[in-house]
Amino acid sequence: MKIAYEISHLLAGIMLVASFALLYQQRVGAVINAFAAQSITLALAVAWAAWSEHRPDLFITAAIAFGLKGVVIPLALRRTVERLGIHREVEKVVGVGVALMVGLALIGLSQALVVKVTRGTMGLGRDELALALAIVLLGFLMMIVRRNAVTQVVGFMSMENGLILAATGAQGMPLVVEVSVAFSVLISLFVFAVFVFRIRERFDTIDIEALDRMRGDRR
Amino acid sequence: MLALYASGAALAVLAGAAGLAILARGALRLVYPLAALAALALGAVDLHVLLTGDVLTGSLPIGLPTIGLRLRLDSLSAFFGVVINGGVLAVSVYGLGLDREKDLTPRVEPLFPLFAAAMNLVLLADDAYGFLFSWELMSLSSWALVVARHTDPESRRASHLYLVMAVIGTTALLFAFGGLAGPAGGYSFDTIRAHAAQPAIAALVLASALIGCGSKGGLIPLHAWLPLAHPAAPSHVSALMSGVMTKVAIYGFVRIAFDLLGPPAWWWALPPIVLGAITAVLGLLYAVLDRDLKRVLAYSTIENVGVIFVALGLALAFRANGFTQGAAVALTAALLHVLNHSWFKSLLFLGAGAVLHATGRRDLDGLGGLIRTMPRTAIFFLVGALAISALPPLNGFVSEWLLFQSVLAGPMLPQASLRFAVPAIGAMLALAAALAAACFVRVYGTAFLGRPRTVEAARAHDVPLAQQVAMGALALLCILGGLLGAPLASVLAPLVRTFSGGMLPASGSGPTPFSLVAFDSARSVYDAAVIALFVTIASLVTLVVVHRVSERRTRRGPAWDCGFPDPSPATQYTASSFAQPLRRVYGTVVFGARETVTMPPPGDRSAASLQVTLVDYSWRAFYAAPGAAVLRLAERLNMLQFLTIRRYLVLMFAALVILLSIAAVTT
Amino acid sequence: MTRDLVVQFLAQGAQMFLVLLLAPLAVGVTRRVKARLTRRRGAPLIQGYLDIAKLLRKESVLAESASWLFRTAPYLIFALTRVAAALVPSFASGLMFNWAADVVALVALLGAARALLALAGMDVGTSFGGIGSSREMMIATLAEPAMMLIVLTLAIAAGTTRLPGVADYFISEPLAVRVSLALSLGALVIVALAENARIPVDNPITHLELTMVHEAMVLEYSGRHLALIEAASMLKLTLYLSLLICLFAPFGMAPASAGLVGWLVGLVAWTAKLLLGAALLGVWEVSIAKMRVFRLPDFVGVAFVFAFIAILLAYLSSGDIG
Repeated sequence: MKIAYEISHLLAGIMLVASFALLYQQRVGAVINAFAAQSITLALAVAWAAWSEHRPDLFITAAIAFGLKGVVIPLALRRTVERLGIHREVEKVVGVGVALMVGLALIGLSQALVVKVTRGTMGLGRDELALALAIVLLGFLMMIVRRNAVTQVVGFMSMENGLILAATGAQGMPLVVEVSVAFSVLISLFVFAVFVFRIRERFDTIDIEALDRMRGDRR
Repeated sequence: MLALYASGAALAVLAGAAGLAILARGALRLVYPLAALAALALGAVDLHVLLTGDVLTGSLPIGLPTIGLRLRLDSLSAFFGVVINGGVLAVSVYGLGLDREKDLTPRVEPLFPLFAAAMNLVLLADDAYGFLFSWELMSLSSWALVVARHTDPESRRASHLYLVMAVIGTTALLFAFGGLAGPAGGYSFDTIRAHAAQPAIAALVLASALIGCGSKGGLIPLHAWLPLAHPAAPSHVSALMSGVMTKVAIYGFVRIAFDLLGPPAWWWALPPIVLGAITAVLGLLYAVLDRDLKRVLAYSTIENVGVIFVALGLALAFRANGFTQGAAVALTAALLHVLNHSWFKSLLFLGAGAVLHATGRRDLDGLGGLIRTMPRTAIFFLVGALAISALPPLNGFVSEWLLFQSVLAGPMLPQASLRFAVPAIGAMLALAAALAAACFVRVYGTAFLGRPRTVEAARAHDVPLAQQVAMGALALLCILGGLLGAPLASVLAPLVRTFSGGMLPASGSGPTPFSLVAFDSARSVYDAAVIALFVTIASLVTLVVVHRVSERRTRRGPAWDCGFPDPSPATQYTASSFAQPLRRVYGTVVFGARETVTMPPPGDRSAASLQVTLVDYSWRAFYAAPGAAVLRLAERLNMLQFLTIRRYLVLMFAALVILLSIAAVTT
Repeated sequence: MTRDLVVQFLAQGAQMFLVLLLAPLAVGVTRRVKARLTRRRGAPLIQGYLDIAKLLRKESVLAESASWLFRTAPYLIFALTRVAAALVPSFASGLMFNWAADVVALVALLGAARALLALAGMDVGTSFGGIGSSREMMIATLAEPAMMLIVLTLAIAAGTTRLPGVADYFISEPLAVRVSLALSLGALVIVALAENARIPVDNPITHLELTMVHEAMVLEYSGRHLALIEAASMLKLTLYLSLLICLFAPFGMAPASAGLVGWLVGLVAWTAKLLLGAALLGVWEVSIAKMRVFRLPDFVGVAFVFAFIAILLAYLSSGDIG
């Protein structure tokens, strides 16, 4: 029992590391790779939870996570990046150091919060919940400290990864939820892709700061 | 059971009338008869509940999914229902006399039964959802009636301000009900009654209720919409808004403060008492200086609402200190004033409507001499004006007398601030009573007496029979209400006992069945019937004796006017002339009144001019200043419209982190 | 029992009749004193009765624009003032219709009479009527609240609002010097001067419109209507004098249970005090000049302030009324 817990804890930790990697990567390609790694690790964690807690329906969740987020979406994103011709480095708003500092603070916050909120309950699921919350917050952080539209999509999806991890810890996450989550991810990906394509077509850039200057409204 | 079905049917009739009138233009004429019948049925049910003390409950499946709409008719709702349906009945009868081609429009008639139905629903609601839904329906339907003449810029401005104030009021009531429901979230009135609120929450609820209900009733400083909106609506609708909708606001306050909040604390009494007294005096000062007939009546409504709030505050103070009989006297005064005011204010507004219909003018300086051209309207309006000035033996004096009796019981109160406040309030109430008499002598004297000042006033004619019947019935009620004050008070006794814990001595304990006894027949008795009888006998005896003894001949001639009669009616006093002494005494302090006279130099034949400037300080402080502040803030915050996607995300992220930190830090 | 009832009824009737009878005499005394003090002979003491009789004999001339309100108002005003005067205890305090007499109702009855008079002033549609009515209502907004506060102070002191009860209290209690009662006395004197249109508030014998208040309102009346209004104003003066006597100098007034002898004594005492008060009024009017109209608010405002302080003191110092 303890070993099972240790392993799931390890996998969650690896996901967290991947989130950090997302934060400090300079090139778009590397960002996508880090996302793929995070998703695969998620799949492994969910599969392990399915096997050790004897919840066969979670296998399906793991399969979806692996297939969709670990393989299909990263490939699609790569193709989009090639078609748009983005090989530059990711535009940043704040420096890497500051982003990492803030990330560490967020981890501390989520830890403190989870301890406060789940006082008196069983300790086993608690740490995973804290890690999952940290992953969500880091994904959000990524969305705001990066200027590239593709990296925003990736940040959004890493938030989803964190949510799925948290939900795994909860008893009985039904398949319906997972399917709907998957579909929402797929649809949002398509929307983002189309959007990005169109923007690139019209304005020759997907730098959102540059896009903002094109807005017709008075400031 | 039958009663419940009857009320349901009546409400359905009202809704149906509204729908019909929207769909078929020919059905507009049916609105008033149907509304009168429905009001009669509802009023009968309410009267039955009031007299027997039954409580009717029911529920409808519409509304929130798990809760539905719960209805309850207890004696408090029934009393206010009698008030409301009586008003609707009178106004509907008045409406029967409206000219089909000229006056009935699809803008007004369909909304009228909707308005009446909404007011009844507010009284019947037994949970917060039902109450707020009906309250909003009432506000919106009356707003639509105010904006009926949308081409008139005054109506547009009035409707805009009305909408803003109505939204503020409903938001305040939302807070009040939220506080009452508590963290458990029980919104039905039964669950709210079951558990008492903590003192801090109770204070918040009381303040919100005072803001919410006070803004609908016209309590200063939330009053500014009322003198704009009430006159802008058609006259019979103004009668309903002033005479009846303000009573629904009072009902809301009574329901929250006396029923839902549980046992009162003594300091709850201070805000209604202080605000009510200020409202009473200021309302009349506005009225005395205004030159539009309907606006004067609207300001007078504000005064009467202030008086009612003073009475309610006194009842709370007495009840909190355990003086149940004092609370009973004050509460009876409040409830009787609710009833009386709905009668005479509706009468006065219907009279104003008659004047507007006959002459086409609303300004007092354009009227005059209507006592000869509109004799019956003049008599009814006179009864209303004397009643509202609280002159015996009419009904206004009964509630004033009870209120003064409860003020006299003030020395019983142990708390120092109440002891100091009550005599000050008594002084302000006496001032308000004297100002009311001055105001209505001015209105009646300028509009109905004297000589006609314009061609329209000279060509006026009296109104159709239906409208005269409506006004006459209300005038009769004012007279009867004055004579039968004691029996009315005893009808209200069970209701008063439920909400105040005490009761007036039974109606037989005074010297005659008509004597109104406040505390003890050795201490204070007012016997309207006996006084009326004495005055009548004295008048008749005087008449007979004088006619026997004196020269009976009468001759008509030109007016004496100290030997210099002027044929031009422009030399008689106008409304502003009448108000000039009062403006000099009170206006300079309260309104910063300044008169500037510009005299042309000798030899110059241009006209001299007199300019009077009045400053409305409450408008500046409570409406213009916050409005300007809100606009400035909105300009600054407008920047938020133009952020980039990333900056929006920064905002969201910052909000999330802050909330999580708060959750992490607090216990 | 029945004999008692009959006697009571007769006594009440006698009181109502006597007040009416003595009113013109009181006014006559005031006028005579004023005349003598200004070194004139003055009209005879019964001049008031002669004036009323003369007016009753004359034909009543009505303006063409006068309405039914103008014609009926004098009767109603007289009746209201008569009922109010009958309710004030004069020579005895426990008479028959006492329980209908409540101080608040008394003030309101007088207010009703004043409102009707002001309306009658506006009726003909001349500027004089307007001047009178507007000034009268302005003074009323200051005097009536002061009057109301005075009666409330007295009611707090006596523990009841019934006027006979208040009178009994003042008979039985020794004349304790209480600040609130002294202030009430001052306020009541000022209010009485204002309500009765006496100097310094208004000049009852003026013919200048700029100085008129009461006279301007009744300018258009003549004949029997004017007789009734004159009688009503005389009655009002007697009412206020009786009120002052009953409250602040009640010695000699017969208490409720006294028999015929007690009543006679009370009657003599009351008549003497009434005529003395009328004479004092005459002296006062000669010694003081009339105020400008717009200084009146200050003067009557003083009454309001006194009355307010009096009621404040009564509130803060009294305990339970019970």
